[in-house]
Amino acid sequence: MSEFSSTLLTAVSFGLLFAAALASMLVGRRRLWITWLVFPLMGFAGLAALLAAGVVLLGNPGFDSTLPLGLPWLPWHLRMDGLSAFFLALIGIGTITSSLFGPGYVREYLRGPYPLGLLGLMTSLFIIGMELVVLADDAFSFMIAWELMSVSSYFLVAYQHHQPANRRAAFLYLLMAQIGAVLILLSFGIFASFGGAFTFDAFRAIQLSPIWASVAFGLGLLGFGMKAGMFPVHAWLPEAHPVAPSHISALMSGVMLKVAIYGFVRLTFDLIGTLYWSWGVVLLIVGSVTALFGVLYALMQNDVKRLLAYSSVENIGIIFIGLGLAVLFIGAGYPKLGSLGLIAALYHALSHALFKSLLFLGAGTILQQTHEHDMGKMGGLIRRMPWTALFFLIGCISISALPPFTGFVSEWLTFQTALQATILESGVLRAVVPITAAMLALTGALAATCFVKLYGIVFLGQPRSRRVKHAREGTSGMLWGQGLLAGLCLLFGILGAPTVAILSRVVAGLTGSHVTSATAHGWLWLTPVAPEVASYSGPMVLFGVTLALLAWGAVYLLLCKHRRLKPIQRGPAWGCGFGRLTPNMQYTGTAFVMPIQQIFRPVWRVHEEQQRELSTELRSHPTQLGYQLQIEDITWRWLYQPVVKLIQASARKVGLLQTGNLRHYLTYSFVTLVVLLWLIS
Amino acid sequence: MVDFLNPADWVFVWLQTLLFVLLAPLFSGWIKWLKCLLQNRRPPSLLQPYRDLLRLVRKDVLLADNASVLFRGAPYIICGCTVLAASVVPLLVLHQPISAMADVIVLVGLFALARFFLALAGMDVGTAFGGMGSSREMTVSALAEPAMLMVVFTLSMVASSTNLSTLVEHGLQQQSVLRPSILFALIALIMVAIAENARIPVDNPATHLELTMIHEAMILEYSGRHLAMMELASQLKLTTYAVLIIDLFFPWGIAQSASAAGLGMAVVAIAVKLSLLGLLLALGETAVAKMRLFKAPTFLAMSFALAMIGMLSFVILESSK
Amino acid sequence: MSGFLDTYAYLTLTEQAILTLAAMVLVSSFALLAQSRVVATIRLFALQGFLLVVVTALVALNTQEYHLFYSAGLTLLLKVWFVPWLLTRQARRLGILRDLDSLLRPGVVLIAAGALVIFCYSVALPIQRFAESITRDAIAISLAVVMLSMLMLITRRKAITQVVGFMSMENGLFFGAVTATQGMPMVVELGVAFDVLIAAVVFGVFFFHIRDSIESLDVDMLNQLTEVDE
Repeated sequence: MSEFSSTLLTAVSFGLLFAAALASMLVGRRRLWITWLVFPLMGFAGLAALLAAGVVLLGNPGFDSTLPLGLPWLPWHLRMDGLSAFFLALIGIGTITSSLFGPGYVREYLRGPYPLGLLGLMTSLFIIGMELVVLADDAFSFMIAWELMSVSSYFLVAYQHHQPANRRAAFLYLLMAQIGAVLILLSFGIFASFGGAFTFDAFRAIQLSPIWASVAFGLGLLGFGMKAGMFPVHAWLPEAHPVAPSHISALMSGVMLKVAIYGFVRLTFDLIGTLYWSWGVVLLIVGSVTALFGVLYALMQNDVKRLLAYSSVENIGIIFIGLGLAVLFIGAGYPKLGSLGLIAALYHALSHALFKSLLFLGAGTILQQTHEHDMGKMGGLIRRMPWTALFFLIGCISISALPPFTGFVSEWLTFQTALQATILESGVLRAVVPITAAMLALTGALAATCFVKLYGIVFLGQPRSRRVKHAREGTSGMLWGQGLLAGLCLLFGILGAPTVAILSRVVAGLTGSHVTSATAHGWLWLTPVAPEVASYSGPMVLFGVTLALLAWGAVYLLLCKHRRLKPIQRGPAWGCGFGRLTPNMQYTGTAFVMPIQQIFRPVWRVHEEQQRELSTELRSHPTQLGYQLQIEDITWRWLYQPVVKLIQASARKVGLLQTGNLRHYLTYSFVTLVVLLWLIS
Repeated sequence: MVDFLNPADWVFVWLQTLLFVLLAPLFSGWIKWLKCLLQNRRPPSLLQPYRDLLRLVRKDVLLADNASVLFRGAPYIICGCTVLAASVVPLLVLHQPISAMADVIVLVGLFALARFFLALAGMDVGTAFGGMGSSREMTVSALAEPAMLMVVFTLSMVASSTNLSTLVEHGLQQQSVLRPSILFALIALIMVAIAENARIPVDNPATHLELTMIHEAMILEYSGRHLAMMELASQLKLTTYAVLIIDLFFPWGIAQSASAAGLGMAVVAIAVKLSLLGLLLALGETAVAKMRLFKAPTFLAMSFALAMIGMLSFVILESSK
Repeated sequence: MSGFLDTYAYLTLTEQAILTLAAMVLVSSFALLAQSRVVATIRLFALQGFLLVVVTALVALNTQEYHLFYSAGLTLLLKVWFVPWLLTRQARRLGILRDLDSLLRPGVVLIAAGALVIFCYSVALPIQRFAESITRDAIAISLAVVMLSMLMLITRRKAITQVVGFMSMENGLFFGAVTATQGMPMVVELGVAFDVLIAAVVFGVFFFHIRDSIESLDVDMLNQLTEVDE
């Protein structure tokens, strides 16, 4: 029965998405269709996917089916197990919230030059692609779904294609997505060449030799890492995310990056199966560098969505640290701790999907209302858009890994796993793992700084431009989308134990080891290893914080009468002797992070420029002061430009072949023929 | 696990937290008193901090024109988080039900949550000072928090636990074991505590000198009961750090269970140790000058490096197989 | 409860003190690496010597190898008093006592130093497995001190700080000898001590010569002595 229901719900989800795609093609001039038909269809598709995943996550068996699509000798295999279901649920949540948000957000495109039908069509295809990726059970359908996801999202990134910067970002995205796809294909190719079949079942049955397994792992890491935003192959991410429409950015950052993580987990823990601890070290190093790099670059950004994009890089790094711990512990012979690491990684994937979608939706609301990307023009929005401010605050607290919200639980679990390193035999590993934890701690503290900056500059203080001064709250649909995600951020921060119980079942399907101890003491207490080792109770922390807020309410009520007689006095803040405060007196985003920029200077390529015009009468009195700061991604200089140069140089060499002389071309054909004949013989 | 449903235990938790909160102004008053004596000034009464707080509570609140709701809510959240953090730290008795609610990492997280709101509150009105204070506070904490966590990791690797009660119990069992890791962790934690509580040489709690202040710059716009709560929170934070240092490194005398004799002993022990720690702090603050703001990162990097070496020396010297 | 086998807690207090001091010697190496002021470097070097003296005395107590007390005394005389005094005097006469010899990238150097310590540990692991001594863990520390001193030699530009690095390297070797093998034979030790003494004096003479020939104590300037014309 339940197997049937999950199959049915999945089919319904796909059906609704196809209907949405069809409807978008028919939109044409009838623009109201998109708000009243396409988005609701997508929303219900997301709901169906979430329910289908929920059925499986709650312990019912998944399904296994073969579709009569694809090549004659290779039909599509679809399969839903715990892991697929978990990621399908993420896709479902992302789809629901962005379809709630979408109708309000696309209003600004109604009178724009871009066709809305295309947006709806590509969004539907994008979601179909992602759902298919997590359900695919053979290499062929996986790659088709993967390409569907990549190409449709390319069109979404390039949606506002009148600006050249957007076209450039989209091209970079497509290029890197394709290179990544080739690497993934090669990784699958290794399996296929040893096993002779393309189904994942056949892949699982193969025992690769350590060297080939490592090659497959390395290709997979690079290929999936490219999509996920791993350092140093993250370059497309901070370019593509800011230019896509905001609800698409939310889907891409919140969900699509997780689909890449899904691919990596599927490949490593399921298909390869036999893990080596040295891979774990690689993942730990990659993860810590990605996390630290991501947050340091995020700190320096002044474009809201670009900041969020770099912060996604950071969170992918944290997920990789969790995965690294999992591989390391499993490889060293501690499957239980390995499972704990994997749970931490998946929990963080969930957390990041929630809060990053939330933050992108919030950024979208701000963007739509103020038409500003630059934080330097914002300020004081908490007074103009209180609800968005509240939800954005919840997102900021969650992403800074502060209790009692969801980001904290996942980072706490990662710390707890890392601290179990004392049982490892190898002394070097015992030293390396805690250092990774230290990097994670540094990352967390810097992330808090980054989001204090973001929230403080955007929502607090005084408005820095006229448009921001007159901003208004988003539509109710936009608020509901954010509110739902904010509620989930709180919910998963509190219900750590039940979530870990579900994740434990998911993970046990891969590692074969249940983490029963984590939830042995009821829903109130999360005890990853044993209660005397460590425990955390989200509900009680929430209770404490609620008490503080209740105290506020009590004071408010107590003073109600007093306030009526004598209202709270308000007065101008001191303007340092320059009269009243002006918006220009506030700290800017650049100024806020200047101390950190001084400390970690070598990490960025910083271009600073100061202009100073002095008055002619009094030389010490400046008439105009200017300061410009540009932060360039260091990987462009050290990785991408050399690669581009290398390719161009080699292309020039190859170009020498093109002499234009007919006899030379005949010679090439002749030589090729001879070589081929020699090869055949 | 401890029995969580025993109401008597919970009453005791509330009482201990109350004691903690009541003790905090006294502790900071004690430090002020000692500093005055050391600097040849006439000290105020030990109870002066209480009087200050009471006076502030009685005064009316004056808000800046554009102060938002976050500005008004922040003191409650900051104070609440700090009280919550204090309630987790064992003051007199180990193994209370509340110690299972949060381990040391959560404790660090609670302080971080309070700091998050403190920094936001500093930016709310939009004065230059507020932003400056928030920026500096977040920079200092971005370096201090990892150092603190490194200390925590070292200790919890030694004791195989991050639970505070277990950590303290382990310390009690191994009183005569001399560990290099613990030694370095202690020095690092003291440095972190100095930075986090805005004491000399990182920040000077006694001045409002615009170019150097960190903590005071953020709460400049507060008045009345809001300011009282901010002050109480910072006093409580200082006391919590002090008790934490005592618990983790000098746990002698803390009661294992709530018996009358054990409690009496614990009260005497904690009073003696806190006054000694206060004396040390006062001596340090008198002897050392405040350093330049740009030197603060070096100071914190040192504490991070020390904590790191502590962890490494645990791995290399103490846990080889 | 999961965890490790806590054998450390069962060592005697003297042994624990030796290991604690070993860690402090390591810290002093880190401090030497990070310190940029000449006078502070010399003082730190003296402190490191003093730690060595205490370790040697403790090992002597612990193993009842009383000849180690002579080593301790010799070290006290030479490395805690004489060499620092000599270096300080020369630095003062050269007028560089208050100079800075700052690192180019202190963060990178310190990270490299941390990695070196882990590397030394992994290299020393197999040796430790065969060693009988209870204080065998200190081998890794001794190796790390040597390596860190070499790093100091590489990263410094002033001749005087380089000399301190060189001496500190000798400290690392001495520390290893004392903790792992209860000290070298007296003859060797005297020889080494004499070497250090001579080296200190010779370096002192050299300082003046280097300054006279290139008018600086910056060793990067020694490139000028090349005979090849560019």
